[in-house]
Amino acid sequence: MPVIEVRDLSRKFGDFTAVNGVSFEVEQGEIIGFLGPNGAGKTTTINMLCTLLKPTGGSASVNGFDVASRQDMVRRSIGLIFQDPTLDERLTGWQNLQFHAMLYDVPAAVFESRAKELLEMVELTDKVKESVKAFSGGMKRRLEIARGLLHHPKVLFLDEPTIGLDPQTRRHIWEYLVKVRDQERLTLFLTTHYMDEAEIADRIAIIDHGDIVALDTPSKLKAMVGGDVVTLCTDDDERAQRVLAGLGVTPTKRDDGLRVEIDHGDRFIPLVLGAMSAATPPVTITSVNLRRPTLEDVFVKLTGRAIRDEEADQMESMRRSRMMRGGGRR
Amino acid sequence: MATNTQPQDITVSRSRLVHELKGVYTIWYRDVLRFVRDRSRIFGSLAQPLLFLFALGFGVGQLGRAGLGGLPPNVPYIVFLYPGILCMTALFTALFSAVSIVWDREFGFLREVLVAPVSRISVALGKVAGGSTIAMIQAALIMLLGPLLGVHYDFVRVVLMLLTLLLLAAVISSLGILIAARQKTMEGFQVIMQFLLLPMLFLSGAFFPLTGGGGTPALILRTVAQINPMTYGVEAMRQIALSGQLPSALFLHSPGVDVLFLLGFFVVFLVPAVLLFSKQD
Ligand SMILES: Nc1ncnc2c1ncn2[C@@H]1O[C@H](COP(=O)(O)OP(=O)(O)OP(=O)(O)O)[C@@H](O)[C@H]1O
Ligand SMILES: [Mg+2]
Repeated sequence: MPVIEVRDLSRKFGDFTAVNGVSFEVEQGEIIGFLGPNGAGKTTTINMLCTLLKPTGGSASVNGFDVASRQDMVRRSIGLIFQDPTLDERLTGWQNLQFHAMLYDVPAAVFESRAKELLEMVELTDKVKESVKAFSGGMKRRLEIARGLLHHPKVLFLDEPTIGLDPQTRRHIWEYLVKVRDQERLTLFLTTHYMDEAEIADRIAIIDHGDIVALDTPSKLKAMVGGDVVTLCTDDDERAQRVLAGLGVTPTKRDDGLRVEIDHGDRFIPLVLGAMSAATPPVTITSVNLRRPTLEDVFVKLTGRAIRDEEADQMESMRRSRMMRGGGRR
Repeated sequence: MATNTQPQDITVSRSRLVHELKGVYTIWYRDVLRFVRDRSRIFGSLAQPLLFLFALGFGVGQLGRAGLGGLPPNVPYIVFLYPGILCMTALFTALFSAVSIVWDREFGFLREVLVAPVSRISVALGKVAGGSTIAMIQAALIMLLGPLLGVHYDFVRVVLMLLTLLLLAAVISSLGILIAARQKTMEGFQVIMQFLLLPMLFLSGAFFPLTGGGGTPALILRTVAQINPMTYGVEAMRQIALSGQLPSALFLHSPGVDVLFLLGFFVVFLVPAVLLFSKQD
């Protein structure tokens, strides 16, 4: 039985559709990643699955419990690491954990040993008696992870769990999480717009404007792009496009140059160079880049846009500065 | 949809009610813990009532008795004022502790509570309980001054005073939660508080008898005061703390009736507060 089952789930805010009838299933022990740009509907989907938002259409169940009618049981089955921190800064780390254990009815004896074990894992044992106010961003995240796992959830939801953290801390956090997944058959449901982070997932759902546009393993998704990605910069893109057409490929023009998806890119490049210099007059190539496809390329292929275009970056920095001023979001 | 299958490994060991009560207790416990941990807040919030008590008490007290019709010669104004200041302390503390819901929402902590397996009814009740307790403790600290001012305490009186404070604080906390339940930003909430806090304080008889004087202004004041829950708290508190020292002509109702009014306000505020707070987005 899948631990998460979602059927035609949608959510509207007024006339605006944030999540547009998505369906998917997740097996126990699986890591599923939601990858998509700002405003794609990732958080809204998570909020519906964790009973914070009412779906306006469709249905979903977590651990066999319907998210609309069995909220209490859904809540017992899940842990959450939200996009914005949700610790009580005025209490100590330990008091935050204690509060959680009381809310989730974890017996005192079980709590002590479980909390110690988790604190050991996230390397916070020494710090836990201090006020959370004095914690760094990475320490807060690690404490939240320990807290989210305290009551042995079946599914851990992680909404951009490593946003704003340095690469080393991010790597650590993923080590902990994958370890717990392996030990406890925990299911991880994560959202991100970091490509490398999404690669950790067993399967990735690419979500855009509230729709799941693809759902598969990272390698199969990348296979959709086909072969390698070759990016060419030339002094005359229009003529270069015609030359490439002569070679039987259709490039897409993007900010960073002409992009060609092709098998055996290493053998293709000499052909291009030859054809360009054979043209009259010759087309000058200023740079060539060859790489394996990334999830970014998959996203571009599926939606025709980059996942992190300039606009998205601006929104992100706005959101960050709002967070710093203390303004979170429901 | 597999909604009716029962996973074996989740056991709900306690009865539902015990679990919910524990949830109320947990929310209450956090608020009290935060309060106890924050010494500066405790002492900081004593400053305001003390300022009112001494500046008004001695200042207005100097004016002589002419303006304070009905006050017996052997009761100094500061003694008359004192129960009003106790209620004021409860009002401020209870209303501001309700703010902490908006605060928690803004800082994200509320989500930790809202996704926990505890009903929102329990969360709201825990919040009201926490706010009331803190407000009562805060006012009880001011109560320590009573003997210095010549208020006579005995066991029964102290208990009745504390209970009155608790009831008043519960009324105010519920009102605060009612306002805060759907409030998403601090700004909006603060505006509402400004339009509520001071009128509730000044139109309550905390500083002067509501029964004094005839004429239209006094009548308007009296009428408005009667829709203000603070009025009933102040009246009850004053009659309990100074029983036997003040003529009953100074009061609109007997303490028993005041308490009934407070209980009424409590229900009228608490029920919609809990319902509003429980509404899922
Ligand atoms: N409470 C709300 N009221 C109105 N619109 C909302 C609300 N919550 C979300 N939205 C809108 O729904 C869309 C999806 O938002 P959501 O937060 O799910 O995006 P996301 O994929 O998590 O984006 P991000 O990467 O920025 O976190 C956005 O356009 C957002 O403005
Ligand atoms: Mg989001």
